[in-house]
Amino acid sequence: MTSSELNADSEAMQSAAAPQREVIYRHTVVVRLTHWINALILLLLLISGLRLFNYHPALYWGNYGYAGVPAFISIAAFEDIETDEPVGVTTIMGHNFITTGVLGVSHDGKGEPVSAAFPNWLTLPGGLAFARDVHFAAAWLLVLNGLVYLLVGLSNGHFRRDLVPAQRELHPRHVLAEIWSHMRLRRARGEAARRYNVLQKLAYVIVIFALLPLMVLTGLTMSPAVTAAMPFLFDIFGGRQSARTIHFLVANLLVLFVLVHIIQVIVTGVFNNMRSMITGRYAILPEDGK
Amino acid sequence: MSLITRRSLIAGGSAAAATLVAGCEPISVTDPQSLRRILDFGQFLSLHAQRLLLTGQPLVREFSEADISPEFPPNGTERPNGMAYFRHIMSNFAEYRLTVDGMVNKPLSLTLDEIKAMPSRTQITMHSCDEGWSAIGQWTGVPLAHLLQTAELKPEARYVVFHCMDEMVRTPDNSGFYYESIDLFDALHPQTIMAYGMNGKALPVAHGAPLRLRVERQIGYKHAKYVNRIEAVDRLTHLGRGRGGFWEDRGYQWYAGL
Repeated sequence: MTSSELNADSEAMQSAAAPQREVIYRHTVVVRLTHWINALILLLLLISGLRLFNYHPALYWGNYGYAGVPAFISIAAFEDIETDEPVGVTTIMGHNFITTGVLGVSHDGKGEPVSAAFPNWLTLPGGLAFARDVHFAAAWLLVLNGLVYLLVGLSNGHFRRDLVPAQRELHPRHVLAEIWSHMRLRRARGEAARRYNVLQKLAYVIVIFALLPLMVLTGLTMSPAVTAAMPFLFDIFGGRQSARTIHFLVANLLVLFVLVHIIQVIVTGVFNNMRSMITGRYAILPEDGK
Repeated sequence: MSLITRRSLIAGGSAAAATLVAGCEPISVTDPQSLRRILDFGQFLSLHAQRLLLTGQPLVREFSEADISPEFPPNGTERPNGMAYFRHIMSNFAEYRLTVDGMVNKPLSLTLDEIKAMPSRTQITMHSCDEGWSAIGQWTGVPLAHLLQTAELKPEARYVVFHCMDEMVRTPDNSGFYYESIDLFDALHPQTIMAYGMNGKALPVAHGAPLRLRVERQIGYKHAKYVNRIEAVDRLTHLGRGRGGFWEDRGYQWYAGL
């Protein structure tokens, strides 16, 4: 869909009841489909990944790492000998934090303490073999879904037209103004609402072209068969355990992105945003004072 | 699906693909059958994509002595139960024999000294556990390909099964012993060895003395310890519960290249 098509489409959507409220066709069917498939896959990857993490809840740098090697981040459960209560402790670069209730020790439905790095309600039920199966099957779907999205986005100009920020948008003054507008939770109106703002573009570009490929590559670095064929992956990421640590950290960034993304959807109008990602139609708010 | 054979995986895989593409068959995670088919399709893709990647049979990275990790956590059995194995420890494996049989022309029965007199290979490699940890160790052993050549593998053999001396679960029919299997693609790889030495010393009991498998392109649980019999077979369905290994019989993936 080109921008002229968008305009033609939006003209057709004008209604007499709301003369100043224009509805445009915002998301192509490929974007909408791959978006929702991706959302489901990322959820599966997250909960199965956290379950896998729980089997060895420690992260290291370099090629080797096991119980006894100083960890960059670790999550453990200890017993308080005075109260006999389990205590969850998260250690980040040697600094200890008591995280009982969330990390290390959480509570089941009956309020009983359970020793688990990430709480059971956040992780895929079942054992290690099942979590591996789900994680790898979902990873294949992520790659296949991502390839469809990338091929279509490249061939129809979606990335160039809608995602790559224009030179003027990257001017510090413009970026700062956009940050200020975001901090006041201002909704885009009129012309500005027709396209993504520069922060949105940057976030999408970073997620699509940096974070998700990093997840795939660091994931592959953990496979002894893949590194037999591509040993340079060890050199790129600094070893198998470094790749595992980066995999975890980037997963956290993706979770942060999704949380901010959902907050933005709510702040800028749940109904309008959800409709645009389901039907493609997106209402443009009129400019102020009109 | 009882076993990851090429045929059953293609059947399961294409069924899952058809379901995904056409959407004519309802997929529900509460239906174990359709969920299993999708997961098996993932395994099918991983096996074949990785085999394609490994067409040229590249070697895994070998590290230097300085890279060897200070410790190497033993996993699984750390000392087999039972007097039979204990007598091996007491006699320093003098009575130990490795049997190589099944689909071979010349079955072998080898003492540890006879195995050590065969051509050997020493490699410093990374061991990756499915739990997420990894360690680096030096292994010395006889290439499995040499053992299979000496025993004259029959052309119909497709898999190599490793029978182990450690009993994981006590059962009346003695079916609780650890066992593993690999196909010839991995069995004939130059770095696939039956190791009797670790970090310059005799293989410790905790790591599978006197003989363990190193199959470097796969995850830890494939590396069978305490091996006393190597059997060449054309299928895996008649062993254990038919999925090709102790953990495989309990839900783990037969192919563990990732």
